[in-house]
Amino acid sequence: MNLSRTARRMLAGLTFGVLALIYVPLLVVVANSVNPSQSMTWPLDGVTFEWWRRAADSVGARDALVTSLQVAAAATAIALLLGTLLALALQRYSFFGKHSVNLLVILPIALPGVVTGIALSNGFRTILGVDLSIWTIIIAHATFCIVTVSNNVQARLRRMGTSLEEASADLGAGVLTTFRLVTLPQMRSALLAGGMLAFALSFDEIIVTTFTAGNGANTLPIWILNNMFRPNQAPVVNVVAVVLIIFSTIPVWLAQRLSSDVEAVR
Amino acid sequence: MATSTPAADGRTGRTTDPALRAPVARPGSRLLHRLVWLRLGLLLSAPLAWMLLIYVVALAALLITSLWSVDSLSSEIDRTWTLDNFRTLVENQVYRDVTVRTIGVALAVTVIDVAIALPIAFYMAKVASPRLRRMLVVAVLTPLWASYLVKVFAWRVVLSEGGPAEWSGLGSPGYGLTAVVITQAYIWLPYVILPVFAALERVPDSLLEAAGDLGANSGMVLRSVVLPLLVPGILAGGIFAFSLTMGDYITVNIVGGANQMLGNLVFVNAGAANNLPLAAAIAMIPIVVMVVLLAAIRRTGALENL
Repeated sequence: MNLSRTARRMLAGLTFGVLALIYVPLLVVVANSVNPSQSMTWPLDGVTFEWWRRAADSVGARDALVTSLQVAAAATAIALLLGTLLALALQRYSFFGKHSVNLLVILPIALPGVVTGIALSNGFRTILGVDLSIWTIIIAHATFCIVTVSNNVQARLRRMGTSLEEASADLGAGVLTTFRLVTLPQMRSALLAGGMLAFALSFDEIIVTTFTAGNGANTLPIWILNNMFRPNQAPVVNVVAVVLIIFSTIPVWLAQRLSSDVEAVR
Repeated sequence: MATSTPAADGRTGRTTDPALRAPVARPGSRLLHRLVWLRLGLLLSAPLAWMLLIYVVALAALLITSLWSVDSLSSEIDRTWTLDNFRTLVENQVYRDVTVRTIGVALAVTVIDVAIALPIAFYMAKVASPRLRRMLVVAVLTPLWASYLVKVFAWRVVLSEGGPAEWSGLGSPGYGLTAVVITQAYIWLPYVILPVFAALERVPDSLLEAAGDLGANSGMVLRSVVLPLLVPGILAGGIFAFSLTMGDYITVNIVGGANQMLGNLVFVNAGAANNLPLAAAIAMIPIVVMVVLLAAIRRTGALENL
């Protein structure tokens, strides 16, 4: 198709303009972390590292970070196990109700966050009679993380085909041996990508978490939410936000090394 | 691995006749190999049990809870069936207003995101050079990994009184529904760009050239060749943006001023107001909206792109 030069230029301008706009608010937060004014007025009149010092000393933020890492690690482990099993079943077999199973797994992320949140909260509290705690957060997070692992592994299995596995079986390897020596090594980067997505999803989740977190268990997002509205804590929240922005570039860097695997986000 | 019989040992030489060859795999493994349903059952049971016992049961319980009520004196849950909660939702003006507001915000966010995503995805997939394309994909993916709350917080800072938006001379709409739409559109934009981009990448260039050779101008090619092929991708991205906005109540807390969305009502009733049955009933509204939407869209095959 022949696009006129002006059309190409306009498209390029729009694309670069919007992409630049996407980064502006994040850069504002970075700059704001050294804003001497506690009420965050602009422009900055000077530079201070007072907030960085106070953030480093913040026990609340550090505890919340530890909780978040624990929750994300546990939820990711469960999601990796269940998601892989599910992907193998969905990709290698055909059975009655396959489409329903597919839909069921997408449901926790396809339905609005409040629905998943209130459903699980209600299920834990009124049906099971369990008190909300760090475990209820982990179970909730694992439930919506399964789909990210399953999608990544399914995509990989589709691309792998079955010929190597059949060759392995023909040569006499048992089902489990074939899985361990043939299937699993080929899935490794898909598992890494899916696990990374699940970890990030859990680490960042706030809506379902507010419904399923007990009083004692504060994840980092909940800590941020609770402290954002306190005038003397807002600058510390700002610093934590900058740290999280820096953290968020790690998976991007990793994803680049894994290249094509992470293209299928979610 | 070869433990069952000595005949299977490689050192005894290869037997070409398969009938003479003893099985190499362990008995359990042979059983697994033969019984497809057993393999499938072992694979499916754990994830399916998790999803059914935790999620489906929870959703069913939510429906049942919405038919209960709360005793106003003891504030205990009264487990007799009643449609009172739904009557409240229909009759009370507040719930109607909030529902309309929530759907309106979600629609606005979806339309804005699709409108912005289409030209960007087209530029990335069909105009940019392969090297530039890779860089642009990274540029779109990177903010996806940045924390959701950080992004909302960023807009709270940008739009604050005396903040960067006012300072830059563009002016700030202040905290309110406009701010909610801006922030949500900002947050979910990459989720819309990616499926549209993926759909565009699958459209072969030769198709566009053929249309051009047959005399269609650029506008016609876009309208009658490209756009129909993009419908599943647009729907997939649109569902994401719509559903994510509908279920969000954090953004409206942070940049929405005094406005409320459905999620706020659910959260307040589940927590402070201690009326779980009413909260469950309110949560039925987004479920119904999404189910209707998904059922309508399922026919187009867009769900495979999620």
